[in-house]
Amino acid sequence: MASELRIRVNEEMQTVASAPDTPLLYVLTDELQLQGPRFGCGLAQCGSCSVLVNGVETRSCVTPVFAVRGKSVTTLEGLPAWYAAQRRLKQAPALHPVQQAMIDEQAVQCGYCYNGMIIKASELLSKTPEPTDAQIRTAMNGHLCRCGTYPRIILAVQRASKMMAEVRK
Amino acid sequence: MTLRRDFLKTGGALVIGFHLRGSLLAQQKPAAARGATAGPPDPKQVDTWLAIHADNTATVYIGFAELGQGNSTALLQVAAEELDLDMSQIKTVRLDTNVTPNQGGTYSSASIQRGGPQVRTAAAEARAALLKMASAKLDAPVGLLVVSKGVVSVKGGSKSVTYGQLLGDKLFNLPFTGAAPEKSPSGFKVIGASVPRNDIPDKVSGKYVYMQHVRVPGMLHGRVVRPRGQRAYGAGAKVNAVDEASIRGIPGAHVLRKGDFLGVVADNQWDAIRAAQQLKVTWDTTPSLSGNSALYEQMHAAKTEEQVVTSSGDVEGTLKSAAHVVSLTCHAPYQAHAPFGPNCAIADVKADSALIMCSTQDVYGTRGSLARLLGMPQEKIRVQYYEGSGTYGHSCYDDVAQAATLMSKLAGKPVRVQFMRWDEHGWDNYGPAHVGEVGAAANASGKLIAYEYHGWQHSWSGTETSAQLAGAMPTEFFAGPTQGVQGVNPRTCGGMYKIANQRLVNHKLPAMNYLKGAWLRSPLDLAFAFASEQAIDQLAYELEMDPHEFRQKNIADERWQGVLDAAAKAANWTHRQAASNLSKDKVVTGRGIGLGTHLQSWGGAVAEIEVNKETGRVVAKHLYGAIDAGLTVNPGNVENQIVGQLVQTASRMFHEEVTFDKTGVTSTDWTTYPILRFEECPEITPVVVQRLDEKPSGAGEEVMAAAAAAIANAFFDATGVRMHEFPFTPARVLAALKSS
Repeated sequence: MASELRIRVNEEMQTVASAPDTPLLYVLTDELQLQGPRFGCGLAQCGSCSVLVNGVETRSCVTPVFAVRGKSVTTLEGLPAWYAAQRRLKQAPALHPVQQAMIDEQAVQCGYCYNGMIIKASELLSKTPEPTDAQIRTAMNGHLCRCGTYPRIILAVQRASKMMAEVRK
Repeated sequence: MTLRRDFLKTGGALVIGFHLRGSLLAQQKPAAARGATAGPPDPKQVDTWLAIHADNTATVYIGFAELGQGNSTALLQVAAEELDLDMSQIKTVRLDTNVTPNQGGTYSSASIQRGGPQVRTAAAEARAALLKMASAKLDAPVGLLVVSKGVVSVKGGSKSVTYGQLLGDKLFNLPFTGAAPEKSPSGFKVIGASVPRNDIPDKVSGKYVYMQHVRVPGMLHGRVVRPRGQRAYGAGAKVNAVDEASIRGIPGAHVLRKGDFLGVVADNQWDAIRAAQQLKVTWDTTPSLSGNSALYEQMHAAKTEEQVVTSSGDVEGTLKSAAHVVSLTCHAPYQAHAPFGPNCAIADVKADSALIMCSTQDVYGTRGSLARLLGMPQEKIRVQYYEGSGTYGHSCYDDVAQAATLMSKLAGKPVRVQFMRWDEHGWDNYGPAHVGEVGAAANASGKLIAYEYHGWQHSWSGTETSAQLAGAMPTEFFAGPTQGVQGVNPRTCGGMYKIANQRLVNHKLPAMNYLKGAWLRSPLDLAFAFASEQAIDQLAYELEMDPHEFRQKNIADERWQGVLDAAAKAANWTHRQAASNLSKDKVVTGRGIGLGTHLQSWGGAVAEIEVNKETGRVVAKHLYGAIDAGLTVNPGNVENQIVGQLVQTASRMFHEEVTFDKTGVTSTDWTTYPILRFEECPEITPVVVQRLDEKPSGAGEEVMAAAAAAIANAFFDATGVRMHEFPFTPARVLAALKSS
C-alpha cells in the first residue's frame, strides 16, 4: 500500500488496506467484518449502509474511506457503547434503547433495513429526545423499508424516547 | 490488519460467518451423520423431523424458509405445543438439501397451512415415543404420565425423567405410525399465543447472518455485466463486442463469459464493482418491447388463447336484462419485488460437486435448476439457505445463484456474486401487468345476479436470465392446472358473493415479447380486486346502497362475512351511500371497503384516504385490514404481517410501476421506481379473526387485494370518479379528475 490509512471505528483505531477512494462500506464489511452496515443500493437512496460519523448519519456506500480520517465512525455494533458515552453511563447496555424498543414492538420483518433505521433513529433521539410523530417521519423519511414496517418503527422510536427519558431521571 | 473471523464447520463446507451463531444454527452431532449425504431425508421417519438432545432441548428440521415472515417461530410453536417443551428449549436449523426435509418450497404463504400439520404430527409422534420410553423407565403406565418442559413425571408421584435423559442425541429410529394423538385446541398453551419472534434480537443487534454477510475462504467477488434494464423475455441481451482491455487497470479483475452471460471477478469487492462499471461492452439495442405507454394496447390487441375458468348459468342474457349493470375495464402495471438488499449468492463449483449458498424460497427446486445448468446430477449439488432481505415472491434469488454458479465454474474458485441495485430492479421477474374487464349486474332489490371477468395477462418466465444468456432456451413456467396464480382467481373475482350466473375467462398472452414475469406477493390479486370490487361498489352506488350493506346482502359465507364485518367494525363504519358527501374543497377525503384474498384465507379492508384535487396527490390516512386464516398460531405475528401487507399495498397503489421503453426497462433504482416512505405512511389497524377450530391457512398476502379495492373505492367516495389504472400518480389522478 502506498500510504497507510488509519480510521477510528467503534472507538478502535483500524488500519485500512483498501485504496483511499474505496467507499467506507466495503472497508467496514470486507476488512473489518462488520455486519451492521450493508449494501442496499450503492446510490445513497435507501439507508441500508448508514453509519454515524461524529454522530451524524452518513451513507457509507458513497463515502470514500479517506473522508472519515480523523473522525469517529460508529456502526450498529458500536451503538450501545456510543450511547453510553453520550449519556455518561458507567456501563454500556447490551442494546441501545432503540434496538430494545424494536424488539419490544416486534417491529421487524426481514430486518435488512433495520441497520439504517436504528442508526437514524439513534441520531434523531440524540438531538431531539422527545420527537413528535411528524418529526420522526421527517427524520426517517430517507430510509426505506420494503416490508412496510414503518408504523411499528414509529412506535418503537416513541418507546425508545420514553425509555431514554427514564434513564435521564 | 488482522482478520477476526470465526470458522465453523457445517457439513463439508467451511463457511465463514462473521458471527455465525444463534438460534438458526443448532450444533449438529456428527454421530447422527446429518448432512453427510444428499437429501431429501425420508419424510416417513421421525428422525427426519426431530432430534432430542442430551441437554433436554430439541431441534426441529423444517422445510420452510424464514423470509422475515416469522414462520420459523410459528412452526416451532406448533412443535413445542405437541412436545410440551418451552420455546427456549426448541430450535431449528437453516435449510440445507443435505439436512432438512423437502416440504415443497415456501410459496403461497403456506408454511403453516402445509408445514404446520407435518411438524405437528411429527412432534406428536415423537412425544408418544418418548412417553413409551418414560413408561418403561419410570415403571408407570403412559396414561399416568404428565410432561412439562420436557420433564416426564408420574401423576401424584415423585419420580421423573427428562426427554434428554431418555434419548439424548440418539436416533428415534421410528417410522410414523400416524396414530399419535394430537392435542385439542382447548388444551393449547403455545399455539395461539403471540410468542416473540426468535430471529428479531439478532436482527436488531447486527449479529444475524444474512446471505449478504457470508464469505468463504479463497473466494472471488463477482458482478454480472448486463445492460441496465432487461429487454423482452426471450430477446436476451446480445453482446456485440467486449473490450477486455478496458478493465486492465484494475488489479486482479478479469472477465468471465459464456455466450451472452458476462461477468467480472476480482479479489476485492470494490474492484469487482468498478470493473463491472468500467468494462466496455457493446450491446445489441434492437427494440424488442412496446414501451410501457403502449403496453395495454399491445395486450388488448394480442391474439389470445381463451380459457374458461368457471362458467355457470346465463351470464350474457342476465347482463342484458338486469335492472342495474356495471362494466369496467381496468389496467394494472408491472410491479417489482425489489428486495431492499439485492440478492446475493456464493457458489463453489468443483469438477464433480457443487455447494451453493443463496436465499431461495425452495432449496430443492433451486438444486434442480442448478443441476440442469451445470449438467451435474442433483445429488452432487448441495444448496444451503441463508436469509436475504424480504423477497415477496420470485425476485432474483435464483438468477443470482445461477450467476454465481456459472462464474465459479468458469473461474475454478468459489465466487460470491452480489447483484447491484440496477441488476435487481432491472432484471427482476416482475409481477405481470394486467388488463381486466368486469361486468356485474344486480336486480332492483339489490341482489347480485350476474358476474363476468375477463383477464389478460402473460404467464411466468421459466428460465432464469443467467441461464438464458448462457445459452438455455427461454421457457414458460409451468404452474400446474391452478389458474389462480397466473390467471383469473375465482376467489378474488366475485367468489366472495353468491351469484347465480358467473363466467370467468383468461386471455393468456405469450410470455415472449413482454417482460419477465413471476409470482409477486398476492399474484395479480391487487389487479383483480381493483377491477372487480370497484364494479361491485359501483352497483351499490347505483342502487343507492351503503357499500358495506350491499356486500353483506350478497355475501357468500360466514368466513367472508367475518372479515367484512371485522374490518368495518375496526373502522367504525357508518352506513351511507358512497360519494354522497362530495366536497368542493381542494383536499377531500373518502372511505372505501373491499374484499379479496389470495388462494386461501379471507381478507377484508377499509381505507380512509385524502385526495388533493389540485396536485393530484393521494395519501392513505388509515388502513384497516382483517384476515381470517383459520387457526392462527401466532396472532401478534400475523398482525405484523397485516401491517406490512397494508403498507406495501398503499405503496403499490400509489407509487409502484415498472417503466420501460422499446429497448428495455428504465426503472432501475429507488428514484425511478419509488416506493412509499415514512411521511406518507398511513396509520394501520390490523385485525386477526381467530378461529381455533378451523384448519390454519395463509396470512402473508391475503389482505392486499381487499386493501387495493378499499383504496380504489375510497377514491370514488372522495371524488365521485372511478380510477381505471394504478398506481394513482398525480398525473394519472389529475387526468382522471379532468376527464370526468
